[in-house]
Amino acid sequence: MWTLIQIEVFKIFRKPRTYIAFAAVLAIVLLIQTAIYVDGRKYLEFVMKDISERFDIGGNPVNGYFVCFIILQTLLIHVPLLVALIAADMIAGEANMGTLRLLLTKPVSRTELLFSKFFATSVYVILLLLWIALLALLGSILLFGTDGMMNAKSYEVVLINENDLMWRYLLAFGFAAISLIAVAALGFLLSVFADNSIGPIVATMSIVIVLTILSTMDIPFFQEIKHFFFTSHMIGWKGFFDMKVDADGNALPGTIANSKAILKSAGILVLHIVGFVGIAIGIFNRKDILS
Amino acid sequence: MSFRFTLICGFFLFCSAHGFAQNATALLQTVKKKIDRVDDYMATGIMKTDIVFIKTPVSRIRTYFKRPDQFLIKRDGGLSLLPKKGIAINVNSIIPANGYTVIDVGTVVLWGTQLRMVKLLPTDENSDMVLSTLYIDEKQLLIRKVTTTTRENGTYEIEMLYGKYSEWGLPDKALFLFNTKDYKLPKGITFEYDDGSVKKELPKNKKGRIEIVYNSYIINKGAGKLP
Repeated sequence: MWTLIQIEVFKIFRKPRTYIAFAAVLAIVLLIQTAIYVDGRKYLEFVMKDISERFDIGGNPVNGYFVCFIILQTLLIHVPLLVALIAADMIAGEANMGTLRLLLTKPVSRTELLFSKFFATSVYVILLLLWIALLALLGSILLFGTDGMMNAKSYEVVLINENDLMWRYLLAFGFAAISLIAVAALGFLLSVFADNSIGPIVATMSIVIVLTILSTMDIPFFQEIKHFFFTSHMIGWKGFFDMKVDADGNALPGTIANSKAILKSAGILVLHIVGFVGIAIGIFNRKDILS
Repeated sequence: MSFRFTLICGFFLFCSAHGFAQNATALLQTVKKKIDRVDDYMATGIMKTDIVFIKTPVSRIRTYFKRPDQFLIKRDGGLSLLPKKGIAINVNSIIPANGYTVIDVGTVVLWGTQLRMVKLLPTDENSDMVLSTLYIDEKQLLIRKVTTTTRENGTYEIEMLYGKYSEWGLPDKALFLFNTKDYKLPKGITFEYDDGSVKKELPKNKKGRIEIVYNSYIINKGAGKLP
C-alpha cells in the first residue's frame, strides 16, 4: 500500500499541471502582499469604515497575522478549484490515457488502488496547504511584522492578542486541510464516472462555486438550507478566531467561542470525505473498465 | 424705595456671582497648577473595554504623556481601539490653557464627597468642545468627574478615583464613558462562519465604557517619551 501511495504521489508531481496550483498560490499571495504593503491602511479603513471613523486603532493593525487572514479568506475560496484540477483527474486521467485497464491488471485490489490514489491526492492537498502557510503566514510575518489581530465580523470586531494567535492558525490550517480533502474527495468521486478528466474537473468546480455562492447570499431561504451544503462548513476555520467571554463581557484569551460547532463542521466534512470515497470505491468496484 | 431696593439686590447678586466666578477661576487655576507639575509620565495599568460590538480581553497597558499634549495608550501584545479624541482620557488635557469662560454652578455631593461644579464654555465659536462640566474636590484639588459635550464626538464622561498619586493629580482609576453608534458589515464581505448559535440582539445606544486601573506611574523622569 505504501509503495502504491509513493507511486501515485510520484505520478502527481510528474505532471506539469500539478505545479499550476503552486504557481497560482505564489502569484496570488505575492499580489495581495504587495497591494497591502502599498495601500494596507486604506484597505483597513475601507473594510473597518464604521470602526475607523470613530476609533483610533493603536498598534500595528496591518501586520502579518492580519494579512494572512485576508489571504486565507481569499484563497480558501479559490484553492478548492485548484484541488479539483488534480483530484478529478486521478481516475478519469488514467481512463483518458488508456492506462486504467493496464493498471488494474497489477496484483492489487481496486479498493487498494483507489485508496492509494486518494491518499496521494491528500498528500498533494496538504503540501499545497503547507505552501500557502509558508507564503501567507511566515512570508507576511517577515514582511509586515506581528501584533494583535482584528477579526471583523458582520456584527462585532474581535481583538486577539499577538501571543494568542499562532495556535489558532495551526488549528485553522488543520481544519482547512480537512475542507480541501473533502473537495478532493468530491472530485475523486466524480472522476470515477468519466473517461475524460475535463468533465469531472468542471463538475467539481461548478458544485463548489454554486454552493459557495448560495451559502454566502444573505437571503433567508438560503440561510436556512445552507447548513446542508458542505461548503458552508468549509469556512469553519474562521471559528478559531473568536473567543468566549466572561460574565462581564471580557474576551477570554486561549479560548474558542464555539468549539462544538467547529468540531461538528469538521465531523460533517469528514463524513463527506468518507461518503464520497466510499461511494467512489463502491462504484469503481462494480464498474466495467473498458479503457 | 423699590427701585433702590432692586438696585441694592442687583448689586449684591452681581458681586456674589462675580465672586463665585472668580473663586471658580481661581480654583481651576490652582488645580491646573497642581496638574501642570507633571511634565511627563509613563504609567502601567489594566484596561477593560466594554463596547457592545468589540470583543477584547482585559489587557495590560502602558500610557505615555509628555507636555503639552502628547498622549498614547499602548496595549501590551495587542491592538487597541480607543474612541477618537481619546486624548481627553488624559487628566492633563481636561483643563484647556485658555479660551474659555468659567461658570460656577455651585456644589454637589458625589460618592459621598462635596464637589464644586464648574462649567467651561469655549470663547472660540469654532471650538469642537461645546461645554465641559468639571466636578472638583476643593479640599484635595482633584478633578473627580468631567462631562464634555463636543460637536463631532457626542458627549463623553470621565470619572476618576485617586490614591497614591493624588498629590500629582493623577488618578489610580479612570472610567471613560462615551456614546457609540451601531456597527454592521455585510456578510458578503466578511464571509462569515455561521456556527449555528443564536445571535443575541445587541443593545442599541448603549454607552461604551473603558476602565483603566493604574498600577504605577513614573513621573517627571523622562519616561513619558512616546515610543
